[in-house]
Amino acid sequence: MDATNISFQDPILNAISGIIILDNDGNRIIAKYYDKNSSLKEQKAFEKNLFSKTHRANGEILMLDGYTCVYRSSVDLFFYVIGGADENGLLLMSLLNCLVESISSILRKNVEKRTLLENLDVVILAIDEICDGGIMLEADPAAVVQRVAIKPEDIPLGEQTVSQILQSAREQLKWSILR
Amino acid sequence: MYHKRDKKDDEDLAIAGNIFAKITKTSALQDARSFNETPVNARKCTLILTKILYLMNQGETFTTQEATDLFFNITKLFQSKDTTLRRLVYIGIKELSKIAENVYVVTSSLTTDMNAKDDLCRPQALRALCHITDGTTFQGIERYMKQAIVDKNPAVASAALVSAHHMAKNIPEGVKRWVNEAQESVNSDNVMVQYHALGLLYHIKKTDRLAVSKFLAKYAQTGLKSPYAILMLLRIAAHLYSQDKQNGPYLSFIDKCLDHKSDLVCYEAASLLLKINCSTPINTAAAFAVCQSGLSSSRPVVRFAAIRTLNQVAMLRPTLVEYCNVELEHLITDSNRSIATLAITTLLKTGQEASVERLIKQISSFMNEISDEFKIVVVTATRKLCQKFPRKHAVMMNFLETMLRDDGGSEFKKAIVDTILHIIEDNPDAKEAGLAHLCEFIEDCEHTNLMIRILHLLGKEGPKTSRPARYIRYIYNRLILESAPFQAAAVSSLAKFGAHCEDLLPNVIVLLRRSLLEMDDEVRDRATFYLNVLLTKQKSLYNQFILNPLQVSIVDLEKSLQQYILDPKDTPFDLKTVPLATHPQNNDESAKKPTVNGMKPSSETVRVTKTAPNEVAETRRAIYEEQLAYFPEFEEAKLGPLIKSSQPVELTESETEYVVKCIKHVFKRHVVFQFDCINTCNDQILENVRVSMQVPEGYRKVCTVECPVLLYDAPGTTYSCVEIVSDNVSLYVGTFENLLLKYIVKDCDPNTGKVLDDEVGYDDEYALEDIEIVWSDFVQAIIKPDFVSAWEELGPNTEVAETFALQSFKTIDEAIKNIIYFMGLAPCERSDVVPEGKMSHSLYLSGVFHEEDEILAVAKLAVTNEGVTMKLSIRSNNLDISNFIVSIIA
Repeated sequence: MDATNISFQDPILNAISGIIILDNDGNRIIAKYYDKNSSLKEQKAFEKNLFSKTHRANGEILMLDGYTCVYRSSVDLFFYVIGGADENGLLLMSLLNCLVESISSILRKNVEKRTLLENLDVVILAIDEICDGGIMLEADPAAVVQRVAIKPEDIPLGEQTVSQILQSAREQLKWSILR
Repeated sequence: MYHKRDKKDDEDLAIAGNIFAKITKTSALQDARSFNETPVNARKCTLILTKILYLMNQGETFTTQEATDLFFNITKLFQSKDTTLRRLVYIGIKELSKIAENVYVVTSSLTTDMNAKDDLCRPQALRALCHITDGTTFQGIERYMKQAIVDKNPAVASAALVSAHHMAKNIPEGVKRWVNEAQESVNSDNVMVQYHALGLLYHIKKTDRLAVSKFLAKYAQTGLKSPYAILMLLRIAAHLYSQDKQNGPYLSFIDKCLDHKSDLVCYEAASLLLKINCSTPINTAAAFAVCQSGLSSSRPVVRFAAIRTLNQVAMLRPTLVEYCNVELEHLITDSNRSIATLAITTLLKTGQEASVERLIKQISSFMNEISDEFKIVVVTATRKLCQKFPRKHAVMMNFLETMLRDDGGSEFKKAIVDTILHIIEDNPDAKEAGLAHLCEFIEDCEHTNLMIRILHLLGKEGPKTSRPARYIRYIYNRLILESAPFQAAAVSSLAKFGAHCEDLLPNVIVLLRRSLLEMDDEVRDRATFYLNVLLTKQKSLYNQFILNPLQVSIVDLEKSLQQYILDPKDTPFDLKTVPLATHPQNNDESAKKPTVNGMKPSSETVRVTKTAPNEVAETRRAIYEEQLAYFPEFEEAKLGPLIKSSQPVELTESETEYVVKCIKHVFKRHVVFQFDCINTCNDQILENVRVSMQVPEGYRKVCTVECPVLLYDAPGTTYSCVEIVSDNVSLYVGTFENLLLKYIVKDCDPNTGKVLDDEVGYDDEYALEDIEIVWSDFVQAIIKPDFVSAWEELGPNTEVAETFALQSFKTIDEAIKNIIYFMGLAPCERSDVVPEGKMSHSLYLSGVFHEEDEILAVAKLAVTNEGVTMKLSIRSNNLDISNFIVSIIA
C-alpha cells in the first residue's frame, strides 16, 4: 500500500448499505438493502454469514465481506446496520441506536420476535422513517416514534399488546354490564 | 357482542407470531381484493398490506401484471382516514413503483396529501411522490418541492431534501434549480435538516470546485450545529485537499474538529488527518492522541474506529504507530474478533526486526484461545513478516512448527504448510530447517493432500540439500506405514533422490526393490518403472523419466489415445503427435503445488492464482481447435493439431467503420489467420467478407473461408490459411503486407436492419494493418522443473552464445520481462525474480519450438552504466534454431 492508495470517503449522503433484523435462528424478519445490486441469494448468504459471526459474540462491530456492520441483539432478535468498508462505525452506531431505541419504544420495551411481528406495520413505518434509500433520515429515536405516532386512543386493535386489549375489553365489558 | 369480538381478536393475536410465516403470494394477492370494499376496513387492510410488504421483504418477486393489479388495489385505500394504513400505502407505492406500470396515476392524490394540513402524512406522501416522479411529471411538483425544502416542519424539509438527492440521479438539471432553497436550509436549527441540506448542496455544486471551497470556508467559519453535517463537511474538506494539496485552510478546519464534543466528529477528523499525514508530514500529534486514547475505550465501536485508522496508516508511518504498541498488544486478545485481527496485522506491519521475537512469543501465548479462522489470519500475517525480515526465519519457523503440531483443522494446517513452503522458496537459508519441520510433520499427519504435497516437495528439494540422506528415512517411513496414495508419492520421491545423488543410488535401489512386492498396483508399477530406469544408469533417461516429467497436455493425450484405439494403425502410437501442454501438467502426484511452477511470483496474490491461467490457456486452445475443425476447407488442408494461438492483435483503430482483430493459429506446417470483424455502420450489411494479403517468401496461400454476412454490431469471422513451404527456419518469420478487407456492401434500414428492396450492392475494400509472424508465435513456453540437468543433457556442442548490450533497459527486472516476452520462453527455477539490489542475474528459460525442437537458454544479465548487458547462451537440439535466435535478437 502506498500513499495514493489511501482513499478518502466520498462526501455523499448515502452512507447506509442496509438495515437487517434477524430472529434467533438467523432467519430474516426485515432486511432492507440500499445498494441495490445484490440478488436474493447473495443477500441470504450474507445474512447467514453475518448471523453465524455475530449470534454468539457480543462485539458490537465487525468487518464482513467489505462492509462495516454494527449490531445489537435483544432477547431473540438481532439488529444490524451495514455500511461501506470505510464508513465511520460511529455514524452507523448512531443509526443502530436510533433503530433499536425507537423499536423498543414502539414495542413498549418488549423487544422480542413475537411483539415485533405483532407490530410489524409500525416497525416497517419506523424503518422507513429512519433511513430512506440509504440516506440516514432521522437519528433521534424520539422523533421517529413521534412521527410514526401511535397515540393510545387511535391504536387499531391489531397493534395493541394482549394486556392492553384485555384492559380495554375489561372496561368495555364493565360498561356493557352497567348499562 | 363486544365480548365475543374481543375474544376472537385475542385468538388472532395468539397466532400472530406465525401468520407471517405461513402466508403465500397467492393468498396475499387474493386478500388484496378486499381493498376494494367500501367502506374500507382499516384494521383488516392494514394487516393484509403488512403481509404483502412482509412478503416483498422476504424476497418474493411479483410479475409486472401482479404488481400493477396490486398497485391499483392499494390506491383504493386512499379513501381511508386511518393514518397507519395510509402510511403503509405510501410505502406500498414506493415498493411497487419499481415494478408496476402506470404508477403516475397516484400523482394527484399524493400531491394533495403532501399539501394537506395534517403534518403526520406530509413527509411520507412527499417521499412517495418523488419516487414516482420522472422527467415528465417533474415540472408539476417543482413548486411544491421548493416550498417543502424550506418548510418549517423539519420532517417535511428533510423528506424534501433527501428526495431531491435521490431525484438528482435522474433529473440533475431540475434539482440544480433548488440550490437557493438548499442553501437556506443549511441554516436550519434541526440537525438532520442541516445534514441533508449540506449533502444536497454539495451534490449540486460538486463539479464546481471553487463554489465548494467557498461554502466550505463559510460553514467552517460559522460552525454547524449538526455533528452529521460537520462529518460531511470534514469529508468534503479532505476530498478537496486530496485534489489540491496546497490548501492549508482545509487542514486547519479538520484540525479544529478534533476538539469537537461528538465522538463521531473527533474520530472522523483524526482519521482523515492521519491519512492525509501519510502524504505530507504535518503535525498530527493531536489526531494521533485521539486514536491512541480510543484504543483503550470501553466501547468496541470506538476501539474499532481507532484501530482501523491506525492499521491503515501503519504501513506508511510505522514509527508513529509504534508508540501505541502497548495498547495494541492488549487488543490482540480483544473479545471482538475484527478488532483483534486489526491489532495483529497492525502490529505485524509496524514490527521492527528487533521486536519480531517478542511479538511472536506474545502471539503464541494466546494461539490456543482463538478460533481456526483467526489463526489463519495470524499465519498469513506471519508469512508477510517473514518476507519483510528474511533473517528472522528461524524464529518464525519455530513458531509455525509449534502451530503445526497443535490441534487444528485442515484449512489451518494447509495455511501453515503453504506459509512454510513460501518461506522455503523465498529464502534458501530457511530451506533445510523448513524441510526438517515438514518431515516431522508428515510423521504424524492425517491430511492426505498435505502429506502428498510435502512428499513431492521433499523429492524436489531434498536431493539438492547438503545431506540428502537424512530425508530418505522419513520418506521410507511413509512407504512402509501408510496407505497406497502416500506410498506412490513416496516411491516417486525416492526415485528422485536416486536420480540426483550418485552415492545414494544403491540404497534407493534396495528400497525400491522392497516395494516391488507391494499390494497396490500403482505403487508396484511405479517402483518397477523407476527401478528399471535407475538401473540403466543413464543420465539422459533419468532426466526424461524421473526429473523432468511428461510435458504433453493430459486432455489431448487422452483424446489421441482414444482415437488410436478406435482406429488402430500398424505403427505404434507416437507420443510426439500429442500437443504439448504450454505449462507443465501435474505429474505423478495429484496435488502438485501450484507455486513450484514459478511463473511470475512478483507478488503473493499472483502466486495463489497461478493455476488459473494454465486452465484458461487449455480451454482456449480447445475452443479454437473446435471452431476450426468446423470448416471443411481446413480438414482438406490437413492441419494437424493446433500448436499455438496468439493473442488477438488489432488491425484497425478501434473507432473506425469496421473493427478487425487477428488471431494467428500456428500448426505444424500451416498458419491460419482468424479475422474477427465487427461492422459498426448501422446502415450497411456486408456480404462475402474476406481478407486478401500479400504472402511473404516461405509461405504459400492455401485457402480462405469467407464470412457470408456481416450484420451491424454482430461479430463475424473470416479465415485465411497459409502453408509453410520452406524448411529454412529463418523464413518462418515474416510480414504479411497489403492486407485488404474485401466485401460487398449493401445499404440497409438502420432501424430494422433489413436490406433495401432493390439493393444489389457493390464491391468495396478496406485497408488493414500488416500482420507480422514473429518468433514467439512458434514457441511454446514449457517449464523444465529441473533446468540444470536438462541443460547438461543437451550438451555444449549445441550451444550458441553471444553478448548483447541492451541499452533501452535500465533495470534487470525490465530486461527480464522483455526478454521473456520476446523469446516466448518460460522462466525456470524462479529465475525471473531478481533479489533486490543485485547488479547481475542469471535467467533460465526453456520452451519448445514448433512442437519438436527443445530450446534452453541462459541469459546472464548485468547492469552497466549504459543499460543492461546480456550474455545469452542457447542450447537446442537443432543448431539452426540456436543460430537463428541469436540472429533475430541481434
